[in-house]
Amino acid sequence: MVRTLMIIPRLTVQTVFLALGQIWANKVRSMLTTLGIIIGVASIIAVVAALTGLRASVLSEFEKFGARKVFIDGRVPRELRNRINFRDVQLTLAELDAVEEHCPSIEKLTPMMMMAKSAEAGDTKLDGVQTTGIWPTWHDIEGRAVLIGRPFNEIDERERRDVCLVNEKLIEDLGLDRDPTTQTIRLSDRVFTIVGVVETVTFNIFGSGESNAEIFIPLATAMRLNPNGWINFAWAQMRRPDQAQDAIAEISTVMRKVRGLEGATPNTFEVRVIQQFIDGFNRVAGAVTAGAGGVVGISLLVGGIGIMNIMLVSVSERTREIGLRKAVGARPSVVLLQFLVEAVTLCLVGGAVGIALGQLMVLGIRNIPGADLGRAVAPAWVIVLSVGFSAATGIVFGMFPALKAARLDPIEALRHE
Amino acid sequence: MTIEIHQLEKIYRVGEERVHALRGVDLVIQRNEFVAIMGASGSGKSTLMNVLGCLDSPTRGRYVLNGRATHKMGAAALARVRNEEIGFVFQSFELLPRASALKNVMLPLIYSRFNWLEARKRAKRALERVGLADRIGHRPNQLSGGQRQRVAIARALVNTPSILLADEPTGNLDTATTREIIELFRQLHAEGQTIVMVTHEEEVADAALRIVRLRDGMVTSDHPTRRDPTHAAFLQNAARMAAEAAGEALPAGAE
Repeated sequence: MVRTLMIIPRLTVQTVFLALGQIWANKVRSMLTTLGIIIGVASIIAVVAALTGLRASVLSEFEKFGARKVFIDGRVPRELRNRINFRDVQLTLAELDAVEEHCPSIEKLTPMMMMAKSAEAGDTKLDGVQTTGIWPTWHDIEGRAVLIGRPFNEIDERERRDVCLVNEKLIEDLGLDRDPTTQTIRLSDRVFTIVGVVETVTFNIFGSGESNAEIFIPLATAMRLNPNGWINFAWAQMRRPDQAQDAIAEISTVMRKVRGLEGATPNTFEVRVIQQFIDGFNRVAGAVTAGAGGVVGISLLVGGIGIMNIMLVSVSERTREIGLRKAVGARPSVVLLQFLVEAVTLCLVGGAVGIALGQLMVLGIRNIPGADLGRAVAPAWVIVLSVGFSAATGIVFGMFPALKAARLDPIEALRHE
Repeated sequence: MTIEIHQLEKIYRVGEERVHALRGVDLVIQRNEFVAIMGASGSGKSTLMNVLGCLDSPTRGRYVLNGRATHKMGAAALARVRNEEIGFVFQSFELLPRASALKNVMLPLIYSRFNWLEARKRAKRALERVGLADRIGHRPNQLSGGQRQRVAIARALVNTPSILLADEPTGNLDTATTREIIELFRQLHAEGQTIVMVTHEEEVADAALRIVRLRDGMVTSDHPTRRDPTHAAFLQNAARMAAEAAGEALPAGAE
């Protein structure tokens, strides 16, 4: 027993070199044999790397979006679609006050009242400019920098002042001064004074990659400007990013109470946190990974059958050699080990070529124009997994030929032509 | 005592038929003997050789090698006995074509306790013993038939076996090379090596000191070479025929 244990490492090293020599001597044959493994490993590396890159860019978009943000809006549940109108479920200021007051995990919130208005400055007129009524808390929640001038304050809201914030895109489109503060624009024939400029943001993934002209006005002003309008939705901000579950539960409870929803009545509103978007993305990514895993499994199966075939050929070609090895004292277990090591070596060489090919594909993926996959990289676990799967394929599919070799009768083997 | 065989029987099953290859062979071979085993094909000499080499187990009977009862051993134990006690020389050399002479000779040591350096040293020494010290890097296809068989003999000797078993070692060689190999066997015997050789050539058997003849799975005669009547008759006959050939050739050459 001890003797065998002493032999194994030395024999393994020798067998690995022997197998490498055989592979080198039969380059084309080995290449074709391991093609299944090469393709399998290369594709899993490419797919996982692409997903990693996609995840990196999506998550950074989400981060820009804000990890503490909670989205609240009125929504007609499917069951009640015939009975109530969407106007009936829109958020009211009273409801939002209640949420702010009774939800400990919520730090602040702002209603968002959105409309399209015509904006005029001098002779230039711009139709359909996105105009949003907000509370001053919007600045803290959205975190968009005020580049020039000042943010909104409580007085703007309380006094329903006709003041506005604009973004750089609007300055450009309306041909205003680089510093437009104290200039005025006309919205629906009312004159608004520009008090500040906020930065323009673009969302690569959720938007078209373009930025729009935007105007922000105090919510109270917006409600007066558009008496028949409604609050489209509200952004709330949690105290800590890990309070998502608490926030959803608290807001739901408060909203149901305020709206008098009891028992099994479905929610007539919706509360969503950024984590849910991330989870959704992760589910999709997981499904894609699983699908790719299935493809890889099939390639490895095909590759394994190729390995088994070539090892059977090898055992048959080298029957006399096996007979000789047994005659000079190789035990059946040692012959088994030798052929298993050979199969595993063949698979690992295939795996290594697959990894190299996969990395080349990753380089290609990174440079696909417009795909935003610059951060595509094969993580260490997928490389370790590839090596492991290659070795496992060698062991599983090399076992039958190796057993065949181990069971050969040395006399018969030496007589083999 | 080296080899002790008692009432050895071997029965093969070929389909429905039972082939009685050995029918009660008794044989004792001492240390440093040089024995030739002879017999027609089907006499059981190859089977006896396989049993002596622990490649095959007897159906009945005892085979004790250096005091160890090999007829009771399993496959792994037999493999170890082959590795440590027996050196095989085959008719068709059985060298690994892609490996150098040195690598070929090192092969049995892969399966034994020696480390690489020690194995290399031993293999070199074995190649020196067979007169191939200057050919260690050559592959079999770069060597002549006689040199190949010398490599095979070196491989058989490398683990200092108690018996060198040669199965028709000159079967694939021409007359001159046959003489070389026989001379090598004599030399090894003189150095103390026990040799058992299967052959059907009387000239080759002449190199041995003892001839064991088999027929139908039984020992029919067991004599020292010079006292074996069959062998003596053969040698006389051969000498007469050689003289006649020389006599006929001589006048032809004189004309």
